[in-house]
Parts: sequence; structure tokens; C-alpha cells
Amino acid sequence: MSAHAEEHFAGSNKLFISIWGWLILLTLIEIFLAYRPMSTKVMLTILLGLSVIKAALIVAYFMHLKFERLSLVLTVVPMLVICILLLFIFFPDSFRSAGLRYKFQEPQPVATPTPEP
Amino acid sequence: MSTEARAESFPAADWGGGVLPYHVGHRKLGMWLFIVSDSLTFSALLIGYAYLRASNNWPTPFPFYPSIVFSSVMTFCLLSSSLTMVFGVSASSKGDKAGARKWILATIFFGLSFVVLHLIEWRHLIHEGLRPFFLPEHWVQAFTTVDGIPPTPAFGATFFTITGLHMFHVLSGAVYLGVVAMRVNKLKHEDVEISGLYWHFVDLVWMFVFPMIYILSVDMHGLLAK
Repeated sequence: MSAHAEEHFAGSNKLFISIWGWLILLTLIEIFLAYRPMSTKVMLTILLGLSVIKAALIVAYFMHLKFERLSLVLTVVPMLVICILLLFIFFPDSFRSAGLRYKFQEPQPVATPTPEP
Repeated sequence: MSTEARAESFPAADWGGGVLPYHVGHRKLGMWLFIVSDSLTFSALLIGYAYLRASNNWPTPFPFYPSIVFSSVMTFCLLSSSLTMVFGVSASSKGDKAGARKWILATIFFGLSFVVLHLIEWRHLIHEGLRPFFLPEHWVQAFTTVDGIPPTPAFGATFFTITGLHMFHVLSGAVYLGVVAMRVNKLKHEDVEISGLYWHFVDLVWMFVFPMIYILSVDMHGLLAK
């Protein structure tokens, strides 16, 4: 009983095919969205939302994490999410440097500078 | 199994040694930890890309054909390869070694088609004149803003780095699966499952690379077609 119970691979092929179908469908939605006129921020939010759903489907069913012990899930997932969110700390600097660079370029149009005497 | 059963009744005894605290072998736990660290590598690269993109005039040069058509077919290949890998692991769990080998070979086939399609797509862009630190001249003209701010050449650097590292992962994954398929009779079921974990991870990374690199850089207004 023991050996068989340990090698049991939960989930039927039908389930995996339906997960694959969902992943294809979400990808098609993404490609469709690429040609909708909308601001980059809205588009980025929707695309990342869809990507997180797709990643969750892959991790849960294909990588089988849904059928593992909860302790493994809690070891692997939360710290990864926290580390990724911590990387977001760089974004204010990115927005700041864009503001700096482009604001100071504006007041100098095509005027040629006069040479120093 | 008896130690396992005893550990189930005393959760704290999990840490007393001699049992598997996560109910997975040490190899599988190691692969999970590797996957976590590798996801951080890709997260850092993608966030670095987002950082550069948010602070620069970013070109959006990808036409529907070839770039988006190719990358969509590549996505299809990778998703299908994940499905065949699941079938391989499933066959292996039933002790069907020949079936497992067959499905793993199908996975390698899809993985290698991904790499070939991606290299053709790279070749298109390189022919257009894209380099890691230069944009093609006609891109610069098309994407310079009305204020005269040129598009950043960092586009090429991020594109080739991120897709290149991902392609390297697919390629090394194909080699890894090749070794597993060759030795499948000698390997335990868990080893096959571990190779599957790696392969699905490569697929998962592409689920973020594809929208962030390709979908968000579509040439929607046909600036390059003019």
C-alpha cells in the first residue's frame, strides 16, 4: 500500500487537458488585448493579472503543488512573493529619473549654443 | 511508513529526524528551492526591464507578423510541451516506462521547436538592425517623440538578455529531459517528476516574458509600417 500511495499522481488526464485549454484561452485573450487601444498602465495591470492566474494554474496543477503538503506550499510561495514585492522598491526612483531627464531637456530646443569667448 | 504514520499523529515530531517533513524527497525539495531562486533571477531581470521602461522613451516595434505570430506559436508550443510532460509523469507514476519516455520525447520536440522558432524571430530582428546596444536607424526615426527624445537603445539589451536567458533554460531543459528519457528505466518515479517540475517552471517564466516583452511592445499604430 505504502509504495503505491506514495507514487500516486493525483489528477486525471482530462483535468490536465482542461487546464491546458484554459491556459491557451488566457493566452488568446492576451493577444487580443494587445490590439485594444488602452493606456499602458491599464494594459499592464490586466496582462499581469492574467499572467498570475496562468502561473497559478501551472504551479497548482502541472507542478502539482495543490496536491502537496501545505507546509511545502508555505515554505515555497510566501517568501517568493515577498521578495518579488520588495524589488518594487526601485520604482519610485525609476519614475523620478524619468521626470528629471525629460524636464530638463524641454527648455533647450534646437537653439545652437554661442561659443565661449 | 511506520515512522511516517507516527509523524502524522505527532506534528511536532516531524522535526525529530528520520521522516520527511514536507512529504517529498530531498531531491524534489532541492528542485523546489532551485526554482524559487531561479524565479528570483527572472523577477529581478523583468523588474530591471520595467525600471528602464518606465524611465525612458521605450520603442514599441513588434509587428503582427512575424513577431506576434511567432511568439504566439511559441507560447502554444511551450504550453503543449507542459501538457505532454504531465502525461509523461502520469505514465511514469503508473510504472509505464515506455509511455513516459514517449511523452518526454514529445516534450523535447515541442521545446526544441520553441527554440528554433525563437531563433528565427531573433534573426528577423537582427536583420532589421537590432543589437544589444543599438536600435535600427528607422526605429529611432519612427519612435522619437515630438520633443525630440530618441527611443532608448536599452530595448535591445533587455530583449536579448531576458529572452536569451529563457532560451538557455529551454535548451538546458531539453538536454536534461533527454538524459531522463535515456535513463528512464533506471530512474525512480520521483526523478521523472522532478524533471517535470523544472520543465513547467520554464513554461511558467515564459507566461511572464511573453506579455511583458512582446504584448506590451506591439506596434499598434503601425509607426514602422510607414
